[in-house]
Amino acid sequence: MTEPVIRARALTKRYGALTAVDHLELEVAPGEVFGLLGPNGAGKTTTILMLLGLTQPSAGTAEVVGLDPARQPLAVKRRVGYLPDNVGFYDGLTGRENLRYTARLNGLKTGEADERITRLLERVGLAEADEQRVETYSRGMRQRLGIADALIKQPDVAILDEPTAGIDPEGAAEVLAFIRGLAQEDGLAVLLSSHLLYQVQSVCDRVGIFVRGRMIAQGSLAELARELASERQTTEVESDGEAHAVERALRSVSGVDEVRRDDRSGLWLVTSEADVRAALVEAMAAAGLRVLHLRRQAQELDDLYRRYFHASPAEARNGAAV
Amino acid sequence: MAQLSDTASKADASSAGSVERPPLRPGWTVVARKELADHLLSVRFGVLLILLALVAAGTVFAASDAIRGVAEQAAGVPGVFLRLFTVATDSVPSFISLVALLIPLLGIAFGFDAVNGERAQRTLPRLVSQPIHRDDVINGKFAAGLTVIMLVLASVTLLVAGLGLLRLGIRPAADEVARLLVWLLVSVIYVSFWLAFSTLCSVALRRAATSALVAIGAWLVLSLFAPLLAGIIADGIRPVSDQATVERVLSNARLENALARISPSTLYDEATRAFLNPETRTLGAVLPQQTDRAVPSTLSLEQSVLLVWPQTVGLIALTVVCFALAYISFMRQEIRA
Repeated sequence: MTEPVIRARALTKRYGALTAVDHLELEVAPGEVFGLLGPNGAGKTTTILMLLGLTQPSAGTAEVVGLDPARQPLAVKRRVGYLPDNVGFYDGLTGRENLRYTARLNGLKTGEADERITRLLERVGLAEADEQRVETYSRGMRQRLGIADALIKQPDVAILDEPTAGIDPEGAAEVLAFIRGLAQEDGLAVLLSSHLLYQVQSVCDRVGIFVRGRMIAQGSLAELARELASERQTTEVESDGEAHAVERALRSVSGVDEVRRDDRSGLWLVTSEADVRAALVEAMAAAGLRVLHLRRQAQELDDLYRRYFHASPAEARNGAAV
Repeated sequence: MAQLSDTASKADASSAGSVERPPLRPGWTVVARKELADHLLSVRFGVLLILLALVAAGTVFAASDAIRGVAEQAAGVPGVFLRLFTVATDSVPSFISLVALLIPLLGIAFGFDAVNGERAQRTLPRLVSQPIHRDDVINGKFAAGLTVIMLVLASVTLLVAGLGLLRLGIRPAADEVARLLVWLLVSVIYVSFWLAFSTLCSVALRRAATSALVAIGAWLVLSLFAPLLAGIIADGIRPVSDQATVERVLSNARLENALARISPSTLYDEATRAFLNPETRTLGAVLPQQTDRAVPSTLSLEQSVLLVWPQTVGLIALTVVCFALAYISFMRQEIRA
């Protein structure tokens, strides 16, 4: 791996008694897309603001393109393109005028800026709407304009906060493909944050699961999956058999720790140390019960994510220790 | 500057693949330029310009008619040209009194949504993530607002002077022009106070409507009610009975004066009176003995400046305090909502 362009060491931000970001360790290399995934209020935006030098960390250090954003915010902000969460524009100005302002703030001359703006608007598919006022733009168009805005300065790093929020799935897929291209073709380091794991996992080289200010798991999708496989696991079972009989059959399998029924879905949740799926099916068949559905949970990232998001702080800590 | 370029070269050295970056312009100038363009195209600019043009035209016609009516007596009186700005008739108030009333409105109009407007449009995070310092935002906005207001005030003053020239046919003396310029300068300071105050409101209050209301409330209290309040408080602290001695009456008047001068609008009114009425020799209470056998004459500009120097400094101080408060609270604020 080449020298990382984003590096956070024990980065911490406290607001009074609340710890918004707790000893965050993070590295992102050029050409890599890193997904910072977590529920709303997990501290993703706070982390991003610290990386941009817009908020002072309470402890720990951040390093972006080799510089400390708290000490050299201007030098950092020249080289980092930022798409804020729920990006806004000056509604009375056209898309092009909005980008022109950003270009001027970055010291670009008018001619050069206009050339770059035209190219970028074409890339994000807004070439036709460039002379329209932003107030006429749809949410998806604003989002794409925001990405163009972040790229005007030709950054080395793109930090995109919730780039797909509020766009329809088709639009989101387009945006994500575009982000993928940024890393692969232009060699940018991309840090994107999202609470929509499913949507963004396909474009991320690595992801970090971020809950209540703590990074509880980090790595490529494959790494995370491997980590999970060695973990205690839960298997979902659905059966139309009589409840007592099903429970007895499931409990009879060796290796099963716990059996409980989810009231809402009616699914049986079987917790075990190892993979007991085959044994469960056999036990059910032996008891003359039909298995309608069987699936191992926590195998997919989504399950992990969901589990951590609903986990109590104590459970989350256990998870982090794994 | 040396430190900045040092930082830049270090930044470029740290990553070989980095593109070459153009030198940055001072951030506040870029912000100011954009804000200026916004202001000049805005509805509020048009409305205020029309309002002030009406004030100028209305008062100058009334004043010039009044001056013509007494043309015989007025011949040879010094400072006739300035009367264009200061004369009120029964039906139309004077130009300066209307301007004094409207200046706060100008300051409020171009400042009340400076920061919370950016927040409402959610453009603030995008703006401050550009390579500018955070104070560039507030400095640029203040500079742009002040420029627009100066433009309005100067053009309206010129309008009055021009119409007056046409209607009266009197040439202004050099002293009168100088007095007008000094008055404009003090007006700009006064308007800066209101601009700084409304900017402070826009930083402290999240909603533009609330900020506008608070600023307008302060305007009403300071401009209209301050003299009344000063009188009531002075009477409460140093009551004056029917048989009161001169000393008591005087001390009551002095207290009232001092209290009224807390308000910037009083300071501005006094400064205006001194600059545009060369006959003004003192401000505040005067006993009949003191004016006994005084020869009516005019003060030189230097003497007028000396007379209201404390008022001018007071206005500057209030402006600086307001701007500093706005500046500090903006620097300490979190960027996210």
